[in-house]
Amino acid sequence: MATVQDIEFKDPAARASAANEELRDMQGEKMVLNMGPSHPATHGVLRIVLELDGEIITKAEPDIGYLHRGDEKIAENMTYTQFIPYTDRLDYLAPLANNVAYALAVEKLHGIQQDLPPRCQYIRVMCCELARISSHLLGLGAFAMDVGALTVFLHTFTEREKIYNLIEALTGARFTTTYTRIGGVSRDLPPGWTDQCRKFLHEVVVNFDESEKLLTRNRIFVDRTRDIGVISKADAIDYGLSGPNLRGSGIDYDLRKAHPYLVYDQLKFDIPTGSVGDCYDRYLVRMEEMRQSVRILHQCLDQLPDGPVSISNGKTVLPPKEKVLTKMEELIHQFILVTQGENAPPGEIYFGAENPKGELGFYINSRGGGTPHRLKIRAPSFVNLGILSHMLPGCMMSDTVSILGSLDFVMGECDR
Amino acid sequence: MTALELAQQLKARFNDLIADPVEFRGEATVKIRDAERIAEVCACAKNDLGFDYLVDLSSVDNYGDDPRFTVVYELYGYGHRCHLRLKTDVSEEKYELPTVTAVWRAANWHEREIYDMMGLRFRGHPDLRRILMWEGYPYFPLRKDFPLSGKPSELPEAACTRPAPLQGGPFVTVDGGKDSTVREPRARLPEN
Repeated sequence: MATVQDIEFKDPAARASAANEELRDMQGEKMVLNMGPSHPATHGVLRIVLELDGEIITKAEPDIGYLHRGDEKIAENMTYTQFIPYTDRLDYLAPLANNVAYALAVEKLHGIQQDLPPRCQYIRVMCCELARISSHLLGLGAFAMDVGALTVFLHTFTEREKIYNLIEALTGARFTTTYTRIGGVSRDLPPGWTDQCRKFLHEVVVNFDESEKLLTRNRIFVDRTRDIGVISKADAIDYGLSGPNLRGSGIDYDLRKAHPYLVYDQLKFDIPTGSVGDCYDRYLVRMEEMRQSVRILHQCLDQLPDGPVSISNGKTVLPPKEKVLTKMEELIHQFILVTQGENAPPGEIYFGAENPKGELGFYINSRGGGTPHRLKIRAPSFVNLGILSHMLPGCMMSDTVSILGSLDFVMGECDR
Repeated sequence: MTALELAQQLKARFNDLIADPVEFRGEATVKIRDAERIAEVCACAKNDLGFDYLVDLSSVDNYGDDPRFTVVYELYGYGHRCHLRLKTDVSEEKYELPTVTAVWRAANWHEREIYDMMGLRFRGHPDLRRILMWEGYPYFPLRKDFPLSGKPSELPEAACTRPAPLQGGPFVTVDGGKDSTVREPRARLPEN
């Protein structure tokens, strides 16, 4: 029989001061180390210029923009619908969640968020939560791999494969989903999808347990993450962190609860928060969020109503093809929607959705017409990385890897 | 307390500096008439009205209008859970306004991005450099007079200035080069 062993930890403040005491006299020559842009721990193309004193970081200068594609400029030159595929490429680990967030932002501008049919809202919630599980699985797997636990990565990737199969059945693509439309989703659930999804949910929980067994009380993992990269509550707010990184610092703020969109107000789920704000807390928060996502998905599958999946007034979403080919009015709607896009009212809105990485927001400045005058993407990874130059100094060089893994960023979204 | 009430409170403090709050889709927007005092208004919003979280900072190019640029601040307060938008105009001749990095440190990277993309300068910013484009890039790509296709520019000291391994090779298409039937040694024309 397995025995449970308790691991004792010193108070973080005591540990930090002891380390400082030890290192006070050890001022040496500074060395500049270039980390990235293609370093396995920088998850994409982040470059950090580190100034080191021995193994202690004295200064960190993140350098981003290697994946800059000018998405905001591109958005100004096309209709709202045409920009949906570009949102796949923001946080490319959770494209469905980006699609939903963008569609909701445009719908807020049009003032049609309340008109969405219930089935569409439930499907969108399921998309968001599947994306969250997928993104967190990868985030955790990569995080664990960076600190030396390769097995977890293989475990989580097996589950992600199943999510991709579900997404492929739903949208026709594994990565570049482009699933939502302004005012709905592109297609209904395929037959048998809900059963497949249920089956997956039962399997994935087992996988969570396995991953947790491998990590949560793993001495090496705990040693490398506990009390490392502590973000205080005040810092988290001041630097504008969002998502699991904010909640890891103990702030109970989740847009799904604080400002519910879609049908989140009708679903039961908890918001996990950390207590210390270290890498370990952020890991625990993500682990628990995935379990909560499974809970939400179960509720959605049980409550899923019948009905249309798009607003059916014909002026927002493309009308059905058979009508376009036989009726004059629908043909006109189709033509206008495809060539000019739906006429948006002049005005400006900001809409933020709780994405796996944090608050993905869209600020849309419209002057009327089918294209935005300005579309600003508030990318959670961009804002979350802003804290790096504040939190890295004082850490050990090897802690950088844990900290980057625990922040769970995506450069596609950061650089836009 | 609603966002509109908080906006009215802000107006009560600054009177003429602030235009009447506008509501659209449930969001309150407040325009600050003098960009020079934006830092002061932001500090007041944070310290007295509880807007402790800077959600986003963006900029708009109103090309053809005067003043040309608008800077938009999206604020949020964890205490009262209200969202407020502050806006202020910056003219093309001046293109400068005070920084709010002292109010929220999150503004650091946002302001760098605006400088990079729109070319607005933030006075007092601790480290105003380009963030997405590279150091020494001569244009501001999000301005409306910058073409979507981009403008050619030099990449100073970039690593990729050496010829790529396959450059000029038989299977690589080069601008203005021969077409593939001529270039490709294995291609056979029908008559051969």
